[in-house]
Amino acid sequence: MSTRLSQGGRLIDRSAQQGFSFNGKRLKGYAGDTLASALLANDQMLMGRSFKYHRPRGVIASGAEEPNALMNLGAEGKFEPNARATTTPLFDGLEAASQNHFPSLEFDVGALNTHLSRFLPAGFYYKMFIHPRPFWKHIYEPFIRQSAGLGKAPKARDVDTYEHFYAFCDVLIIGGGIAGLQAAKVAADAGLEVMLVEQDPHWGGRAPVDGTGIDGKPAQDWIDTTVAALGDMPNVTLRARCMGAGVYDHGYVLCYERLTDHAPKAAGPRHRLWRVRAKQVVTATGAIERPLSFAGNDIPGVMLAGAVRDYVVNYGVSIGDRTVVVTNNDDAYRTAIALKEAGLEVPAIIDARTGGAGALGDQAKALGIRVETGKAIAKVKGGKRVTGVGICAQAGEGSILEEIACDCVTMSGGWSPVVHLWSHCGGKLIWDDALAMFRPDGDRAPTSHDGNPFVITAGAANGALSDVLADATAQAAEVVSRCGGKTDAAAPTEANTAENAIEPIWLMPQGAAHKLRSKSWLDFQNDVKVSDVQLAAQEGFESVEHAKRYTTLGMATDQGKTSNINGLAILSKELGVDIPQVGTTTFRPPYTPISMGAIAGEARHEIFQPLRKTPMHDWHDANGAHWEPVGHWRRPYCFLRGDETPEKAVHREVLNTREKLGLLDASTLGKIIVKGPDAGKFLDMMYTNMMSNLKPGRCRYGLMCSENGFLSDDGVVARISDDTWLCHTTSGGADRIHAHMEEWLQTEWWDWKVYTANVTEQYAQVAVVGPNARKVLEKLGGMDVSADALSFMGWADGTIGGFDVRVYRISFSGELSYEIAVPANQGRAFWDALLEAGEEFGVMPYGTEALHIMRAEKGFIMIGDETDGTVIPQDLNLHWAISKKKDDFLGKRAQMRSHMADPNRWKLVGLETTDGSVLPDGAYAVGEGTNANGQRNMIGRVTSTYHSPTLGKGIAMGLVHHGPDRMGEVLDFPRVDGTVVKAKIVDPVFYDKEGAKQNV
Amino acid sequence: MKRYSAFAIAREAFRYHTGWERAWRSPEPKKKYDAIIVGAGGHGLATAYYLGKNHGIKNVAILEKGWLGGGNTGRNTTIIRSNYLQDPSAAIYEKARSLYEDLSQDLNYNVMFSPRGVIMLAQTEHEVRGYKRTAHANALQGVATEYIDARRVKELCPIMHIEGPRYPVLGGLWQPRGGTARHDAVAWGYARACSDMGMDIIQKCEVTGVRRENGKVVGVDTTKGAIDCDRLGIVVAGHSGVVADMAGFRLPIESVPLQALVSEPIKPCMDVVVMANTVHGYMSQSDKGEMVIGGGTDGHNAYTQRGSFHHIEETVRALIETFPMISRLKMLRQWGGIVDVTGDRSPILSKTPVEGVFINCGWGTGGFKAIPGSGWGFAELMATGHSPLTAEFGLDRFREGRFIDESVAAGVAH
Repeated sequence: MSTRLSQGGRLIDRSAQQGFSFNGKRLKGYAGDTLASALLANDQMLMGRSFKYHRPRGVIASGAEEPNALMNLGAEGKFEPNARATTTPLFDGLEAASQNHFPSLEFDVGALNTHLSRFLPAGFYYKMFIHPRPFWKHIYEPFIRQSAGLGKAPKARDVDTYEHFYAFCDVLIIGGGIAGLQAAKVAADAGLEVMLVEQDPHWGGRAPVDGTGIDGKPAQDWIDTTVAALGDMPNVTLRARCMGAGVYDHGYVLCYERLTDHAPKAAGPRHRLWRVRAKQVVTATGAIERPLSFAGNDIPGVMLAGAVRDYVVNYGVSIGDRTVVVTNNDDAYRTAIALKEAGLEVPAIIDARTGGAGALGDQAKALGIRVETGKAIAKVKGGKRVTGVGICAQAGEGSILEEIACDCVTMSGGWSPVVHLWSHCGGKLIWDDALAMFRPDGDRAPTSHDGNPFVITAGAANGALSDVLADATAQAAEVVSRCGGKTDAAAPTEANTAENAIEPIWLMPQGAAHKLRSKSWLDFQNDVKVSDVQLAAQEGFESVEHAKRYTTLGMATDQGKTSNINGLAILSKELGVDIPQVGTTTFRPPYTPISMGAIAGEARHEIFQPLRKTPMHDWHDANGAHWEPVGHWRRPYCFLRGDETPEKAVHREVLNTREKLGLLDASTLGKIIVKGPDAGKFLDMMYTNMMSNLKPGRCRYGLMCSENGFLSDDGVVARISDDTWLCHTTSGGADRIHAHMEEWLQTEWWDWKVYTANVTEQYAQVAVVGPNARKVLEKLGGMDVSADALSFMGWADGTIGGFDVRVYRISFSGELSYEIAVPANQGRAFWDALLEAGEEFGVMPYGTEALHIMRAEKGFIMIGDETDGTVIPQDLNLHWAISKKKDDFLGKRAQMRSHMADPNRWKLVGLETTDGSVLPDGAYAVGEGTNANGQRNMIGRVTSTYHSPTLGKGIAMGLVHHGPDRMGEVLDFPRVDGTVVKAKIVDPVFYDKEGAKQNV
Repeated sequence: MKRYSAFAIAREAFRYHTGWERAWRSPEPKKKYDAIIVGAGGHGLATAYYLGKNHGIKNVAILEKGWLGGGNTGRNTTIIRSNYLQDPSAAIYEKARSLYEDLSQDLNYNVMFSPRGVIMLAQTEHEVRGYKRTAHANALQGVATEYIDARRVKELCPIMHIEGPRYPVLGGLWQPRGGTARHDAVAWGYARACSDMGMDIIQKCEVTGVRRENGKVVGVDTTKGAIDCDRLGIVVAGHSGVVADMAGFRLPIESVPLQALVSEPIKPCMDVVVMANTVHGYMSQSDKGEMVIGGGTDGHNAYTQRGSFHHIEETVRALIETFPMISRLKMLRQWGGIVDVTGDRSPILSKTPVEGVFINCGWGTGGFKAIPGSGWGFAELMATGHSPLTAEFGLDRFREGRFIDESVAAGVAH
């Protein structure tokens, strides 16, 4: 059984007991425990079920590489699925539950799959479930979906908060083991700005567990001294519980700090995402131990050797009373020795190498441990827990020589450098035959914008499993030099035990038959076995990417940290090629999964995007605004009174504006100042109209087209002075049009003397509209707003009611209308003044929908309705707005192309249903027959359609083939259900065709 | 070819699966083929398949620089839909979607086409009008879609939060027979069928030149030597401009990264595919349980298959507002591919200035869903010189201004 030893455990505080629950069972651990160590201390080896066969799974590792021990954690708004028990810090009150089983962890009906595993080899689902066709969607797939997945889906809204931090440094060092600490010290001593991050709560990595000596003392002493020294340096930032998650182009690195996962009751954000820009990145990310592939290596109780050592040394937890060690390298002997020193039994070390170990072997033997060389494990006995092993010759086919009773098997297939962060941004790897590992190829590092390398690796991550400090010092010196600094730092003395060479053992025993290979696991979570990879190779899935995708090797939540190298070694052997020829799959961020909450950061709810408010926003909100999002703005669609429906409100607003007085908050309208000696020339290029000859004091309605000739925006341009124009754009178009202008100025016409400024938010703008518009302004008093003083399409500066105003005589409604701009901070006061003064004239604010209806009644086009990126001004009969005097404007050449000049293009017309009803939005008119692809021939479509309160009937605009030549013709517009609405082609101006009302 | 079936699995189970054949052969190139397809992605393989199946042209080689299906076919978010606005798009995507319906049976390979339904959310009045328009167009194009209200959206996807605050869901365009398929299986299924017809799929064989005589193609140079052909189809998304350059013509495309990401797997919680164009994100749940998430393209031109983190951030942020539950999930993996984007965001399936050379490219962010239809039409174009499915997608449209612009209806998630 696994249990807490009476002493030991360098990371736990035995005086601080922590209560927690697992599957409802109340258990106890200590502060400093991980969830995994606490569960093991309570003899809870079984922690989950595998993905495909639902096999019982125990923990195999002690860190980020753990594939099995995944938990549903917490509840309600703090629930999290798939939390790795090995990296989940224990806290008092923690609630954990195992995943992927029914009805319980101990008795899972899904485990039936394990008995059917012979029928469920890699890729079985590609070969079956083909007939009958409907069964896939309705029967097979729902079953597969239900049995797949791991954790539960969260239901409640996340109650935690998250934040983003930004940092800049010379050197970012990822990994706070002794390599990272030494690299940080060297770089910091050289005067560089250093940031050092470590995913664990503790500094120093594996060195204290492995018994490394530094400068003649235990590693811990050096670690403590170095961390303290770094902590005192102003040019050093240290962050523990902070993982380097991803390396991106140009020295951009993502770090993921888990602030309160270990103390969920603490105030503040749960996670912090660091966006770091570093000149140089050092990955001192250590190495991950590989399992060995033997039959039954997935039975709970079979664990990685380093992990077993961690549990004993760090947490004072023994995995079993009798542990068999199986290895192909010397390092695992350290585990045997540590166990023996903790008073536990080690019946045998099974070393697959014929030569066995070096000094560590002698040490083990001296402790009385039996060492068998050239041997292997033929099979592991046990179901939900190891009960023994059968040993055999590694060179043979697995005939059992002896059975040894044990309750733990600890394995080591060697160590793989953590090369993920090195590889994210294009760092290449080389296969090191002597060390049997892929390690970073320093000559092919990720390069930055200048072509120079910006990532370097140090220590075990660089393949330096011993003499870590020497390597870290050398790599740090290189980094210092890349940053333009100097260092003559020397490495501390590191005491290393000489080790015999590793022998790559990819399958145990060497000649294992199918029966054993089909029980030798590579990927423990996804249930990928040696036989599966071999099947992939047999079926031609020879690329490592094919084999991965066909077998799902390495696609689990651990992303193959323990399985990938073993899997591709099997693949290479099967294909008869060398491992480097097979290569690795692509390493992608993040190193371990990071929360979506952290990715989104602070931006949530109302402010998940910037929220733009006009100065009158609060008034609208308090007065029944029915909001509509327009870009990042929100505009009132209408103002609801009492329990009015939006339709009723819109009806009221239209009629009131037409009959009395309406106010529209037009502040969102884009306003771009274009100024300079070449401003007129520039605007002549931007607009289809001539703008250079506009007189100061006058306004002109202008159209803008894309290079492809399509109408992209419209608005009124006012000439402010000789060299200054103010361009109004659509509300949604301001930023886009400003960027469009700047793009042309900066990339094509960089020598033109023009400045642009987006002043949209500098002004509040109110449209004062209706027959009483002039009256209310005259009542407020100030400038002369009579038709003589300020004629239609003119503008003037002045004061009204004591406010500094700029008044434009323009109309988008067809009524007498003044658009009045005031400084933004006066907007609300001006609005209030208009409402107060307008009381006697029947003033009423109106929203965007009334605006849309009134413009449609007038036959004015709306960008986004009449246009959709495929419409040119000529389609909308706007020839009058296209200057024929100009040599050029954006879109002119495009509009000369054959299809643009085609007389068969659909043109703008008005449409009226024969029964006065409202045409359906977006309906198409059909002609005779079908096209070559069997689709109904279409001859036109509805672009805008409304009920007109003014006219008391449906009105619409549309684009119709030869439309303007077909006035009076009735077209068929089928609804989606096939029924047909008939509508007559009419003039698009439905109201006040002569313009008498607006020009008074 | 030994057929796949439950029976075959049972038979093999009793002999330790030793009897399974290679899914496709791994031949050395012959000296000459009737047709060469450059690019063994979904579109290239489907083209070869229909050249053989529909037109009897089976002396075909498919050349692949890397591993088959390893480009965008193997790195997309597997969404299949045909609710396009413009006639030519609706025709080719619906052809593809309808071929997907029977593809598993046709190829004897389970591509796991799952018509679970696709909703495109309307979150502004503008989108409401746009999707109503699309529904009208689709009805006339023979594409089954309907505009549904917010209540129905919530019924179809209960994990969705439809009340805003910023962009309340107003409704959506619903295509019940849209869905997903297993992307790798599509490439593998076509590859197996092509190989079975005697076609040669030659992987790790990079084309380095296009040989021409008198304005007509006569073959290609490759890393495995020169290979002759009468007809050449270039189907190399992400590198179309590079190969076109070898053939001596230019393309109106830009190549940009497109990224996607998956969460860790969880138990089924979302049956439909949801696309939200106002906030730029789309999501579905794979059969493994991962939430599969995509967004818009990166802003810069590139050939490296990775993008900037900012796009991931924007996409996740947007989706958390609509699907608050994903805030407590974790991102397992992010990746990128390179997509070829044309001026009108629609593909190019066309003859080229070089006689005998045809090009299929420019699918932008939406190529996977089109694979069978694209292959069907492009094969017809290569075999006969004309296909109604591809007729509107010619290169000449850019010269004539005859664009096929879907931006009004498709927004970002094309």
